[in-house]
Amino acid sequence: MSTANLDSALNTKAAVHGAEHEEEDHRMFGFIVFLISESVIFISFFVGYIVYKLSATDWYPAGFEGLEVREPFINTVVLVSSSFVIYFAERYLHRENLWGFRIFWFLTMAMGGYFLVGQAVEWMNLPFGFTDGVFGGTFYLLTGFHGLHVLTGVLLQGVMLGRSFIPDNYEGGEYGVNATSIFWHFVDVIWIVLFILIYVWR
Amino acid sequence: MSNTLMEPPVQESLQPQPGAPDNWKRFFTFSTDHKVIGIQYIVTAFVFFLFAGLLAMIMRGELLTPESDLVDRTVYNGLFTMHGTLMLFLWTFPMLSGLANYLVPLQIGARDMAFPRLNAVAFWLVPVFGIILTVSFFVPGGPSQSGWWAYPPVSLQNPTGNLINGQFLWLVAVALSGVSSIMGAVNIVTTIIRMRAPGMGWFKMPVFCWTVLSAQLIQLFGLPALTAGAVMLLFDLTVGTSFFNPELGGDPVLYQHFFWFYSHPAVYVIILPIFGVFSEVFPVYARKPLFGYPVVAVSSLIITALGAVVWVHHMFASGTPGWMRMLFMFSTMTISVPTGIKVFAWVATVWGGKIRLNTPMLFALGGLIMWVFAGITGITLGSVPFDIHVNNTYYVVGHFHYVVYGAVVMGFYAAIYHWFPKMTGRMYYEGLGQLHFVLTFIGANLNFFPMHPVGLMGMPRRVASYDPEFAFWNVLASMGAFLLGVSTLPFLLNVLSSWARGPKAGDNPWRAIGLEWMVSSPPPHENFDEIPVVVSAPYGYGGDEPLVASEPEKELVGEYS
Repeated sequence: MSTANLDSALNTKAAVHGAEHEEEDHRMFGFIVFLISESVIFISFFVGYIVYKLSATDWYPAGFEGLEVREPFINTVVLVSSSFVIYFAERYLHRENLWGFRIFWFLTMAMGGYFLVGQAVEWMNLPFGFTDGVFGGTFYLLTGFHGLHVLTGVLLQGVMLGRSFIPDNYEGGEYGVNATSIFWHFVDVIWIVLFILIYVWR
Repeated sequence: MSNTLMEPPVQESLQPQPGAPDNWKRFFTFSTDHKVIGIQYIVTAFVFFLFAGLLAMIMRGELLTPESDLVDRTVYNGLFTMHGTLMLFLWTFPMLSGLANYLVPLQIGARDMAFPRLNAVAFWLVPVFGIILTVSFFVPGGPSQSGWWAYPPVSLQNPTGNLINGQFLWLVAVALSGVSSIMGAVNIVTTIIRMRAPGMGWFKMPVFCWTVLSAQLIQLFGLPALTAGAVMLLFDLTVGTSFFNPELGGDPVLYQHFFWFYSHPAVYVIILPIFGVFSEVFPVYARKPLFGYPVVAVSSLIITALGAVVWVHHMFASGTPGWMRMLFMFSTMTISVPTGIKVFAWVATVWGGKIRLNTPMLFALGGLIMWVFAGITGITLGSVPFDIHVNNTYYVVGHFHYVVYGAVVMGFYAAIYHWFPKMTGRMYYEGLGQLHFVLTFIGANLNFFPMHPVGLMGMPRRVASYDPEFAFWNVLASMGAFLLGVSTLPFLLNVLSSWARGPKAGDNPWRAIGLEWMVSSPPPHENFDEIPVVVSAPYGYGGDEPLVASEPEKELVGEYS
């Protein structure tokens, strides 16, 4: 066996010793791989939306002038800010300040809830439906699919909040908290693209 | 040193031998052992292979005569749709998931997959959507009739008016298959990237793992596009949206883009692990290192990358603009470069080797020959003028059956025979195996070669009746199809009888080099009593470098760490 080989074996051996002792955790890596894959669904929908919009002759349904931007913009600000709030929640958990974590975590949930309610109110006041042309279809498909992700995020946050009340659950809860937080940032970034495509791009 | 090579140290385990016949029941449980799940996948997939093969034989029975006389035309439509769908989503995908599940942790020196429970869930979805697809034969209106690619507006027709119709069940099954595949892909990619044994750098990893990684990356980045298209199609079909419905302003060609953006790379998902199998099998039976190992390994990733930008060659006849045709013709041609590199590497591996013609080697060589033929017809199809001429004829059917049967099924058989002693601890019967090979090789060529001339003569695919001038080639093809049906009998007899009471195989009956051959047959629970330390590149045939660190070297390592 050559020396170079033995050297590389020595280096990696140390890493593996660590792994065998504390059961190396691959969950976060796997979750990020999953999110990358999930983002391709959104990208596909976005590409579909762009193709439809570029090739459409009558984009909006008859009698509809365009989407109201003011309320969705407030919604956007709330959702984007919640990404910063959840970051502080994570920091509190990292410093083992459980109540700080719970307060900021709950605030994130409330902001996500506000976003969902705002979305529902907007949906109810729109004069067109899911089956009204390609615009109606893509609008509800994109906002609905994204809303489903926001709802999933809020529910996950609820689970993590509940688990923080189990005594001595700090270690078990941490992966879930980090994963939920990454998921939340993901949902946020998707919304920014979506907002630009649907509301800003006329 | 050469002693170590010939008889690698076998790690004894205190665990009971999991391959013993008395605990066959574990294959019917929610086991999280990657080896159990691997075999569950393989056996389930093979059952559906036989079922979908039966559908194909009914179709070939219909095509024995020019008239539509055996089955009704709508039944025929359902038959080719379900044949294609079952073969892809319930045979090739689960089969390669099974191989990857069984082999990857063993080959990289891991105790299991990264997420064992996720692994089990991904497997148990397979029988669920398999049953959903099968049930669609019995709903009013029969199964989906729109072909395995389900192009709208054909796939938007719902003559019965029921919510639960064949096309609906088809979409649900494909969606579940996607969920299962994504779970598997996340698991396999994480396992290969994060769980390789110490010392196993990228260029010490067997090519099979390289190809599985490349294939699963395609699943991660391509499959969601099909999911997106399928969701939109499902809404069009059930609630009446207008994404792909041209009558309501939708764009059916967009569906084709979504579909082929995934489904062309899906061909590489299927074929890449077969390239891996070829790369594992040829060195063992030629007793030579794999020629150009690092290049063969990396060209898998190149195929993954190029495979993402060729999909429009399925749509040359779909009104695609000229610049797009030229672009995708060019990209399609370039993908033959990394593929060709592999073919030449395998030929160079076999060349001048001490060749042993055991069944796995026979299947691999036969598969390679048929793959080269498929590759040549593939290049002809990549050229726009030729493709438009033969579009939707049997030439295309012949081409891709040389891929999916000639290369993929033959490769699967090679893999099953090669790793059968490892999986079961028993040896198959060589004579039956060789009989199986002869029947399969003749049957496959007899079945699929005549499709080329008859396609060039202009016979369209997906028809139950045809012009009598095509009869000669069709009869030949049907004979081949029935021969292929017969060929599964010696295989089943062979594997079932030798699994039950075949002669005991040693831990390394092929004298192969690889981590999976250093554990007992079948491998113990959790595979390795002690994780090996890899010190050299794979395929060291004819050399004297050991694959893993010996005990004294490991102790030395232990002192340092």
